[in-house]
Amino acid sequence: MTTHLTRLLTLLAALPVLSATLPEEARAEPLRIEITEGVIEPLPFAVPTFVPEGGAAADMANQITRVVSEDLTGTGLFREIPASAHIAKITSFSSPVQYADWKAINAQALITGAVSVNGQQITVKFRLYDVFSGAEMGDGLQFSGTTAGWRRMAHKVADAVYSRITGEGPYFDSRVVYVSENGPKNDRKKRLAIMDYDGANTQYLTDSSSIVLAPRFSPTGDRVLYTSYETGFPKIYVLDVASVGRRTLATPQGTMSFAPRFAPNGQTVVYSLEQGGNTDIYSMDINSGQSVRLTNTPSIETAPSFSPDGSRIVFESDRSGTQQLYVMPAGGGEPTRISFGQGRYGTPVWSPRGDLVAFTKQSKGRFHIGVMRLDGSEERLLTASFLDEGPTWAPNGRVIMFTRESQGEQGAASLYSVDISGRNLKKVRTEGSASDPSWSPLQK
Amino acid sequence: MKHTKRAALTLMAILALSACSQKEKFDNDVALGGANGGLNGSIQPGSASDPTSPLYFQQSVGDRVLFAVDQSTLSDEARVVLAGQAQWLNTNADYTAVIEGHADEQGTREYNLALGARRANAVREFLITQGVSGARLKTVTYGKERPIEICSVESCYAKNRRAVTVLAAGAIS
Repeated sequence: MTTHLTRLLTLLAALPVLSATLPEEARAEPLRIEITEGVIEPLPFAVPTFVPEGGAAADMANQITRVVSEDLTGTGLFREIPASAHIAKITSFSSPVQYADWKAINAQALITGAVSVNGQQITVKFRLYDVFSGAEMGDGLQFSGTTAGWRRMAHKVADAVYSRITGEGPYFDSRVVYVSENGPKNDRKKRLAIMDYDGANTQYLTDSSSIVLAPRFSPTGDRVLYTSYETGFPKIYVLDVASVGRRTLATPQGTMSFAPRFAPNGQTVVYSLEQGGNTDIYSMDINSGQSVRLTNTPSIETAPSFSPDGSRIVFESDRSGTQQLYVMPAGGGEPTRISFGQGRYGTPVWSPRGDLVAFTKQSKGRFHIGVMRLDGSEERLLTASFLDEGPTWAPNGRVIMFTRESQGEQGAASLYSVDISGRNLKKVRTEGSASDPSWSPLQK
Repeated sequence: MKHTKRAALTLMAILALSACSQKEKFDNDVALGGANGGLNGSIQPGSASDPTSPLYFQQSVGDRVLFAVDQSTLSDEARVVLAGQAQWLNTNADYTAVIEGHADEQGTREYNLALGARRANAVREFLITQGVSGARLKTVTYGKERPIEICSVESCYAKNRRAVTVLAAGAIS
């Protein structure tokens, strides 16, 4: 599906207050959330149901408005003022906004929108207002796509609002590939599934006839690397998301290969290969099948993850006696240890912004998801539970999703997400039990 | 057949030594052996009382060894069980084996895969030192994917930290 992002220049001309023609410094943006700061109070906003403009748009306008609201409130940074409290009613997308009516109910941000449907095509436009400055924030935007992709239109609106107010990159228009789980611990069935970041539109990519583990998106989200026991032994496969076709990677001879991840170029894959009980890290050109050994020690080296610029790899090794994190050049070479706290550190994942590494930490019988800088400084544990593991970054590098497994005989896995500030820990909606999430890049 | 019986008797002696580490499994087997008369009664080919059967290997020789937390070192008890496995494999040359390495749930997925591989390989190496041809022994790791006990306490974890020798007839694929 393709979407178009079009500036509503014609509508801008009619704007009463600020317009794009004003110099940059005049466009002060007092409405701002710093998501790395300790937010005390979520920002109150109003999003009156988008105006249906022709076609059978009323139902869709209602659903889209709900998804926009859920995206924003789901971040924990925003709070919706319910429609029942609204004084003004938005009946036309082009009518001037009555700021006083929105100030009166303490809505700091106002989102208005309109939806039109033409056959299988849907067009959504929106505007964002800073109520207390009495000004529009940024330009009105319009998105078009198929009616089947209506949720993406809603996510794009919410992404634009989120980005303008937080100054952070967007992430709602994204997907998550994960392992769907069924059955008790000693007879667990696993299959690959893909869904929107919020749990909608679940689709299953494999059946559960063999164990599948740890799917990882390609940098463009078109392919997924994963490990499967299809042959009776763990091997790496690459799956095309659109066709669901898959093939095994030509890993060198060894008992097993696992923990694959793409390089930012989408052509190189790093992974672990086990030979004679020893696990080391290799990289492979996915087209030629040519592999290069990157580590060569008798210890366990696994869970490699590239830096966003492709120059370095963070991985875990127990060469010191316990699992710790190391960084090495992408072509191999002397690694630098970066984790020094008490406990065991594993599953490092480089942030898409390049500034942090997320990891799993085991300490005193508890599991944590944490982040630290690439020099190991500013370690921050974001979660604590019986078993948290396997972080994955939202496309904007501000939210982390991971697996939380509950304890005991009825123990089951769920996906959770948390901000890098440690706030807004919440369960991600999935069909049934779920583990090993991998967050896609922002959809094109 | 006589030769096999002698081997089996030796194995029984070894088993008595290893009964501690294999207790949960042998509770059943002792009852089974008693009912069938063990070596004294008539032997059903392929049954648990047939010393050449995979069932016998599984239940009487002991198909698994256990490991300490985050370790792949073989304990003295494990070595006794594996000596029995090696003897059985040397006697029953038609069988090959896949050694499965497992970990308990207290660890990250990837690390536990690597740990399970270490455990399976430790067993394979030991069997080779006991004269079993490496060509007959493959290893696979399941990490924490296939626990047999599902509680989240040490008594369950201890049984899940295991390497299991799974027999297959014929040449290794």
